[in-house]
Amino acid sequence: MSLLEVESLSVSYDDVAVVNAVSFKVRRGESVGIVGESGSGKSQTALALLGLLPANATMSGSVRFDGEELANAGARQLNSVRGRRIGIVFQDPMQALNPYLRVGKQLRQILLQHNLARGAEADTKVVAMLRRVGLPDPEAQFRAYPHELSGGMRQRVMLASALICEPDLLIADEPTTALDVTVQAQILDLLEELRDDTALLLITHDLGIVAGRCERLLVFQEGVLIESGATTSVFSSPENPHTKKLLAATLRTDRGDIAEPVTGATVLGVDNASVSYRDSTRDRLVAVTDVSLTLRKGETLAIVGESGSGKSSLVRALLGLIPMQRGKVVYAGELLEGPVLSRAASKRRDLQLVFQDPASALNPSMRVAAIVGEPLLANSPALSVKSRSDRVIAMLNKVSLDENILRRFPHQLSGGQAQRVAIARALILEPKILICDEAVAALDGTVRKQVLQLLRDIQRETGLSIIFISHDLGVVRAISHRVAVMYLGRLVEVAATASLFSSPSHPYTRALLDASPVPDPRVTPIAAPLKGETPSPLAPPSGCVFHPRCSYVESECSRRSPELRTISNTRVACHRAGNITLAR
Amino acid sequence: MKASAAILLMILLIAIVGPWISPHAYQATNFDAILQAPTAAGMRWFGTDDLGRDLFVRTMLGIRVTLLVAIVASLVSLVIGVSYGAIAGYVGGRVDAVMMRFVDTLYALPFIFFVILLMVVFERNFLLIFVAIGAINWLDMARIVRGQTLSLRERDFIDAARLSGVSTARIIFRHIAPNLLGIVLVYVTLTIPQAILVESFLSFLGLGVQEPQTSLGALVDAGVNQMEGASWMLLIPATLLAVILLAFNFLGDALRDHFDARQSR
Amino acid sequence: MLRYALLRVLGAIPTLLLVIVLAFLMVHAAPGGPFDDERVLPADVAANIEAAYHLDEALPAQFARYMSGLLRGDLGPSYRYRDHTVSELIGAGFPLSLQIGVLAVALALMLGITSGTAAALRQGTMLDRVVMSLAMTGISIPVFVVAPVLVLLLAVKLQWLPAGWSGATGAAKFVLPVITLALPQIAYIARLTRASMIDVLGQDFIRTARAQGLGTGALIRVHALKPAMLPVLSYLGPAIAAVLTGSVVVEEVFGIPGLGQFFVRGALNRDYTLVLGIVIFYATLIIALNLIVDLLYSVLDPRVRRR
Repeated sequence: MSLLEVESLSVSYDDVAVVNAVSFKVRRGESVGIVGESGSGKSQTALALLGLLPANATMSGSVRFDGEELANAGARQLNSVRGRRIGIVFQDPMQALNPYLRVGKQLRQILLQHNLARGAEADTKVVAMLRRVGLPDPEAQFRAYPHELSGGMRQRVMLASALICEPDLLIADEPTTALDVTVQAQILDLLEELRDDTALLLITHDLGIVAGRCERLLVFQEGVLIESGATTSVFSSPENPHTKKLLAATLRTDRGDIAEPVTGATVLGVDNASVSYRDSTRDRLVAVTDVSLTLRKGETLAIVGESGSGKSSLVRALLGLIPMQRGKVVYAGELLEGPVLSRAASKRRDLQLVFQDPASALNPSMRVAAIVGEPLLANSPALSVKSRSDRVIAMLNKVSLDENILRRFPHQLSGGQAQRVAIARALILEPKILICDEAVAALDGTVRKQVLQLLRDIQRETGLSIIFISHDLGVVRAISHRVAVMYLGRLVEVAATASLFSSPSHPYTRALLDASPVPDPRVTPIAAPLKGETPSPLAPPSGCVFHPRCSYVESECSRRSPELRTISNTRVACHRAGNITLAR
Repeated sequence: MKASAAILLMILLIAIVGPWISPHAYQATNFDAILQAPTAAGMRWFGTDDLGRDLFVRTMLGIRVTLLVAIVASLVSLVIGVSYGAIAGYVGGRVDAVMMRFVDTLYALPFIFFVILLMVVFERNFLLIFVAIGAINWLDMARIVRGQTLSLRERDFIDAARLSGVSTARIIFRHIAPNLLGIVLVYVTLTIPQAILVESFLSFLGLGVQEPQTSLGALVDAGVNQMEGASWMLLIPATLLAVILLAFNFLGDALRDHFDARQSR
Repeated sequence: MLRYALLRVLGAIPTLLLVIVLAFLMVHAAPGGPFDDERVLPADVAANIEAAYHLDEALPAQFARYMSGLLRGDLGPSYRYRDHTVSELIGAGFPLSLQIGVLAVALALMLGITSGTAAALRQGTMLDRVVMSLAMTGISIPVFVVAPVLVLLLAVKLQWLPAGWSGATGAAKFVLPVITLALPQIAYIARLTRASMIDVLGQDFIRTARAQGLGTGALIRVHALKPAMLPVLSYLGPAIAAVLTGSVVVEEVFGIPGLGQFFVRGALNRDYTLVLGIVIFYATLIIALNLIVDLLYSVLDPRVRRR
């Protein structure tokens, strides 16, 4: 008998089915991955297993866990299983942990609930568990509140809470989506290490993660389980057309064509830019230190970095949305400075920005037609209503959207449509430079591919130069000519895409590449290349800011900050550059 | 929600039309007909008061006055509150901190005492009642609007507008204001009952509208004095007052739920 | 923590000063003096009285005189009740108002929180709807309507409780005034608790706690109660202010010789010092209470505390 047997599980809200007659099994100790695009019903299935659906959900079907029927079971029965025999880890630990309670208290409550320990004994067990999940100072962190811990530490706490009663099954719902890629690697390794013979149900949209960590796969599409099988078979010979589409849409860091570097005139130059601002506690936070970049016509320059790298602050300062403390920006031979609204209109419209989150980037009270037309209204007020409307329609067609979208409001659009509207708005002024700040991060694989293709097409037609910010190296490889890697506000490497991926020069770049999951089950995942997390910009390490985490560190690294120097067409800031080989 | 709106509309209509139907004038005293219980005869639907005045007409007048004061006062607090809050929220920084400190300060005060003082000092000037009531209620509105403006300001579409070269004025009017509409509407419908309560309270203390004009609060005050003998004098205006307040509160709640649902999409 | 407290206290002082100045100006801006209603006095007698009360001095001088008295705890003499100082009058009236007010707030908290929590836990059921409708009614009907109606019903018609204050003896006479005063607050706190509890129960961390196997009791006790109570705590300040306001009406209707009554009489009688004294007294009370509430809040909400 399998540990978990799900049969014809359906979940619906007001007669709309989000999970439709799903059946699968999980054996003891097995690791199973659930993959699918957003809205495919993966999370709903997980919640249904534990009876955690909201009150307005209707659930039917059978969920047999170790012989017991859990579907629509009573509270007492469910509570005896939850946390004790089935543990669950959610996506966002900042939301999933109680911000008003100390970490230790939240964990010990679980032990109390299941009568596994009391009083001082419970405290000891909790501290031991915190140590096992890799928290550096368990006694202190026992007394900490969630917001006092970093993102990675919080997720470790969540893992601790799910595993503290040594359950038979662990469900992990997008456990690493909110984390940096190097931290993600740590958490995935930790998961593997702590699991022992606990079965794992790993839910994610990222095929790279399941490729290396799950024995079997379940593929979901719009609430239906469309394919299941051993991971290797699903990847090598998928049967369902949707599965094939999903696989085709994956972007790998080790394969895929790379565009040739662009030669030609420089359109934009950034010289020694530094950006800082006051954060919520009125401390001065230095986001960017001394960054110099150039951008050529028709080129796509990717800026890569994890949280705290300063990439968003850099481009916002460049655009005049936030002040730049030092340094200058030169565009078309002239200095570009001052707040955005004080700049000359002709210069201002040549640089546009596409944001990460279309929900935030579109005014919810404006229709698509008005949103895309507004830049024209502001810059070419002489245009007649008809010509303006014509141009809007033409632009929308260009991003593969047709006319009936004109009258819709943002909340009536899908993620992909909304992002394309945002791109249309950015492009309608025919800018020379387009900055994309994680523009495809919130999109599903297939839509993402389309949007990237769209950008490539427009670049080819119009010679548009693009600065593309991303934390996803697969995307970077697919779209960029050159890559700049940032860490804690500083440039650590700038190279042509091909050389960066084949033979990186900086240890951090190497780590990023190693940490990126490869969507290929034949490739064994590399152990987490970095320990710890990016330090706070309020307290940067001495000398080379990367040195505490670097595997190639020497005594010089903590004393002196390395200059950015050019070694065979690559700019790199490392004392040991040229003396260490980082190619695989 | 629709029920509340319907009830309010009905009351309003009757209040406007009512006095035309009845032959009695609101200030006409008639010492032969004092303290008559409600009866259909002679169209004394609500009876008469201790001076023989017809209560139906007076109640209708009272409704009109109460609603007028409440709506005007709410508009006053709306204008002050929204401008104050929007400016504080949009400008942000030091200015915002100072402005909100001021609001916090005022919040702590027993405002009603000041209003009473004002009323006594300035001898029940009708205009002043509006202003005084408006002056109490704008604080909540300002806080809410400021909060909403602050969160709106952080939204990317504001940055997008600036990048497109949209002027600050247009940003405020086309981007921020329409997104404030929902929450402002909710709070106005919730402010009106508060204004009514304050006005009624003042009238009850004898500091509100002057005789022979009347408001629901003044009618209740009169009714309290005649409570034991002529209970209709108390019950009719009290019930109407309660119904109006309930209707506005329900309306406000329903509107709030409606807008909450839209925001969280 | 201490620093935060000190800063807040310091910040409260300008508020208080503002109150004092405003009140002072308004009181003195009123047309007519404190002695106008009585017999018309011959000019020299009037002048003497004015001089005795320093009313002939320029306004700033009067203010300075008042402030110095204030700092010594002397609020001046009452203009109306000639044999008493304002401090004495406040001392006479306040304890009663305090008793009733404290009882009302306590009652409001007890009933409001329990009914609000019950409604939140049974959201959508009949219990919830009934509680919420009652609460809605409670905040919609003004105190000055409830009071006389209750008196009519319970005291006059049914004769269960005493109608007035002075004739009655024992604890029974407190019941009606306290209930009347508490009613709108019970309603408001019930609504607030319910909304806050529903909001907290909808948070992700509650789902996590459920996923950890916690039953409803432990869930509420350990995870939900503290965050849900924070908005109620914040409301305590305005609640007390509202109770003070309401006490004016309640004292009028029931004939209770409390501070609220003194205030209204003082206002109508142009008893400057009394009115001024009471306003300042109440303002200080409210400001102090708000301060305490603020500090309590920062202790309970870990995200508010900074270094």
